[in-house]
Formats: sequence, structure tokens, C-alpha cells
Amino acid sequence: MGEPNGLRDRAAIAGIGHTEFSKGLGRSEYDMAVEAIWAACADAGISPRDIDGVVRYDIETTDEEQLLSVLGNPEIGYFASTSWGGGASASVVVHAAAAIAAGLAETVLVFRSRARGKNSVFGKGSSLGGRYWERMDERLPELNQWHVPHGLVSAFQEMAMITRRYMIDYGTTEDDFAEVAVTFRAHAGRNPHAVMREPMTIEDHHGSRMIAEPLRLFDCNIETDGACAMIITSSERARDLRQTPAIIHAGAMAAGSHHRWTSSMYSRSRDDDSAARTGRRLFERAGLTPDEIDAFFCYDFFTSFVIIALEDYGFCRRGEGGSFVKDGGLSFEGGNLPTNTNGGQLSEAFIHGQNNNLEAVRQIRGTSTAQVADAELVLVAGANTDPTGAFILRR
Amino acid sequence: MTSLRNEVLTRGRPLPLPTLDTAPFYEAARRGELRFQRCTACGTWRHYPRPACPECMSRDYEWALASGRGEVYTWTIVHPPTLPVFEADVPYNVVDVLLEEGVHFQSQVLDCPPEAIRAGLPVEAVFVPVDEEITLVKFRVTPDQSKPHSE
Ligand SMILES: [Zn+2]
Repeated sequence: MGEPNGLRDRAAIAGIGHTEFSKGLGRSEYDMAVEAIWAACADAGISPRDIDGVVRYDIETTDEEQLLSVLGNPEIGYFASTSWGGGASASVVVHAAAAIAAGLAETVLVFRSRARGKNSVFGKGSSLGGRYWERMDERLPELNQWHVPHGLVSAFQEMAMITRRYMIDYGTTEDDFAEVAVTFRAHAGRNPHAVMREPMTIEDHHGSRMIAEPLRLFDCNIETDGACAMIITSSERARDLRQTPAIIHAGAMAAGSHHRWTSSMYSRSRDDDSAARTGRRLFERAGLTPDEIDAFFCYDFFTSFVIIALEDYGFCRRGEGGSFVKDGGLSFEGGNLPTNTNGGQLSEAFIHGQNNNLEAVRQIRGTSTAQVADAELVLVAGANTDPTGAFILRR
Repeated sequence: MTSLRNEVLTRGRPLPLPTLDTAPFYEAARRGELRFQRCTACGTWRHYPRPACPECMSRDYEWALASGRGEVYTWTIVHPPTLPVFEADVPYNVVDVLLEEGVHFQSQVLDCPPEAIRAGLPVEAVFVPVDEEITLVKFRVTPDQSKPHSE
């Protein structure tokens, strides 16, 4: 084994940028990506020509060739992509930091662009905007042949089944889910970029319609258009750039807990799942414990998975997530652990986690609209499915 | 863009396309048999089909006949939105069945109201032909053996 944390403090997020977020912008993913990337470069105070590495999601429709032809033809020496949407959201940052620590690149672009408003369909394939699950092949050769023919077609339906079993095993309740939704909506209310800013009460949550029991409308991520980008460079160089660097202190990834699709998702205990493994590795590499973290950004595709993430990453014990989130436990003001202070994917926008990544950087800079006092250490986690990743930022 | 959405929306019924790995499952289902891969080295059953045992990594296996009996492990009741082909059935159940052999299998319980679905509900496989090639494996609530037959 080499250095246990060979990327410790070597790279930093130096620039962030995004488009406006909306339920429908009528713009291409390509166009939105370029706007966000230029904004991130301007924020860092660099030219797009300085980019020499690109890490993207493997499902991103804007590929390297399309990008580089509009970025002043930079010289790219490193490129990579990581799996899926939620699973890639933090892993892309870990990859970028690793490339910089290994000397393979100096200035790495990470981005995600999504036209996923309900009517933002721009083609036939499921990756081409709108709701992916509404354009399903009618003959399924992949693993989704085991559940789609029975009417389980979308992520919210699949995750409803995991949520139900979690409620049985650990006593998590719909009231706990409501606390998460209400707290994130309150955060969004302070954020001018958030799509959903109307205040929400517990009663509003319980009154929202059932989507896939036990998940209600207000338990689910919103369907939006928008793009986010960040510029990651060496910590040394970041200190000379325009913004306060968000230093990448540690990173970890895990894959292989056997539930790429839901057909075998229950084959391991939750504590042996990829998110829990990522958490253990991350804290070990960081030399930190969960109680030292000032703010948490988790992949809030569904309220229930926020509670599961708090337990996966050891912020509380299994089954204690409900009492942990109660009475504003995730609030930026006086909560047990300020979480998704932008409003998250439940209320700000659903850019496959990148909007949460950007907000984590703002917390380190001290520029959030729901700023956590003296935030020095922030943990960002990808979707707690499989595969996944996570990283810790520090000032 | 709304019209494009309507134009490309999946309206048919999505069905499995049997592959080199999965065809034996569907051939068995067509005969009214529920078969899964079972490792002949260590005896572990597995589903979905794959070329080696997740427990002992042996590549030796058989397509073994399962009892078809199990119980509901988890479930959801689906409300809109869902694919058009399933809309007439909402609210409908989708269940994960833990079979006696230890494998999980996702399907539906037929003729069972949403409020009657629960974890631990005993169920047994039934075979529903869809076309010449595909027979879907569904479940029914296992009749309660302890109850006397009504006359
Ligand atoms: Zn075996």
C-alpha cells in the first residue's frame, strides 16, 4: 500500500459557476454546459484555455470533443468519466483531485448539464432530456428486464421499495421525511437561485400526493434544467487565484455492493453497502471523526435517503436519523448538522449533485445564503446507492 | 417541446429481451417452472443470472427448479406518474419477494388490494404468458392452509 491518503490537501476547488435553474429553460445541455464552465473559469480568474483535464459523468451528453472545440482549444492531458448520475456526483471531484495529486493535470474541469424539466425532451433516447423513464425501450436486454415489465419503471419507484424496507428495519417514519423536506425548503427560501422557495410545513408535506408509497411528491427531487461547473487545481496554485480555495482534504469511493439495479439490492446489510464503506474510508483517510464536520451535503434525491445517508456516514447510529433531523436538526442555524444549505435537490435544483457540490464550496468561502458560522470542514457525499464516492473540503 | 415529449413517449408494454445469460430463465417460465442459477460447488442460489457464484466464485452452476414459495420482503404502491401502459392499473403493487431458496425476485402480487400487501405476506409463483416467447412470473397470496374450506 502507498500513502493512505495520497491526495490529502493537494488540490482545491478554485472556481464555481452555474446557469439559472428552472423547470424549463428551452436550452440545450451543450449550451448550458458552456455557460456554466465559462462562469466557473471567470470565478476562478482563469481562461478556459488553462484547462488541461476534464472529468465528467459517463451519462453526460456533452463530451470532450464538443467541449474543447468551444473552449479555445485547450491542451487536454487527462480525461475520465465516472458511473451514473448520483453515484458520480462526488466521485468526479475525487478523480480530479487524484489526477492533480498524481501530476497528470494542473487545472481540471468538472461539470454536469441537465435538461430534465418534464417537457425538456430533445430526442428519443432516454438520455436526451425530460424524464428518462418515459422513453423506455420496449425490449429490455439489460438488468432492468427484471423489474420494468412489472411496472417498476423509475428511480422514485425503485427507491420507494428500499425506503419501505428501511422503515420496517429501522423504524424511520414519514414524519422524519417531512422534517427533511421542510428544512431544505427553508434553506431554499433564502437562496435566490432555488426553483422551489415557497415555505413548506409538515402538514404540506403530509398533504402532498402519493407518488410511490411510501414516497410523496415532496419526498422527491424536483425536475429541472440547468448546469453547474467547477475548476479544480493544485492547492498551491489555487492560493494565487481569485477565490478562497476549498481544499480537498480527503476523498474515497466504493463500488460493488451488488445493486446496480434493484434486482439484488438486498443482498448485503446497509453497513456493508458502498456508502457506509465510503464513509469509513473517508474518515480514516481524513484523520477525522463525524462530530468534527461542520456541514454535510448529501445526495437528496429522496428525503428518506437523507436520513439513510446520515446513518451511513456515521453522523448518528442506525435508526437514530429520525431523532437527529427532528426540530430543525439539519438547519443551517443551530442544527445538529447543517445539511444541504442551498435547498438541495429537493428544492434548489436537480443537477445530479453538482449544485450541492457548489454550495459546499460557498460554505468554505463563507458566501452561502444560509451560511454556517465558522464552517471549516464540509463533507460531500454522492448518492448512497452503488457505486458512490465522497470527499471532505476544508478551508 | 411538449409535442416532442408526446411523440417519443413509450406507449407499448416493455418486455424482457432474453439474452445469452437470461434465456434459460424465460424458457423455464414458458414451461411453468421457476428456475434460478444454483452454484454446484457451494449450493448457493443466485438471481439475476451471472457467470460465476458471488459466494465462492465457482463458474459451475445449474438452472435449478425453485419451489415458487416465498414472502413479500418489501413493496411499493405505484401512483401516477408512470408509463402509459401501466396507468390503467394505478394504484398497483410491485413487490420484492424473498423466495425460500434465499433469492430476491421483483414482481407483483395479483388479485390483492394495496392495503393487504405487507412484509411477510406468504406468496406463491404463478405464470402469466404475454406472448409466444415471454411468460412473466407473478405471485398470488398463498391460500391459508389452516383455514377450513368454505362449503
Ligand atoms: Zn458457490
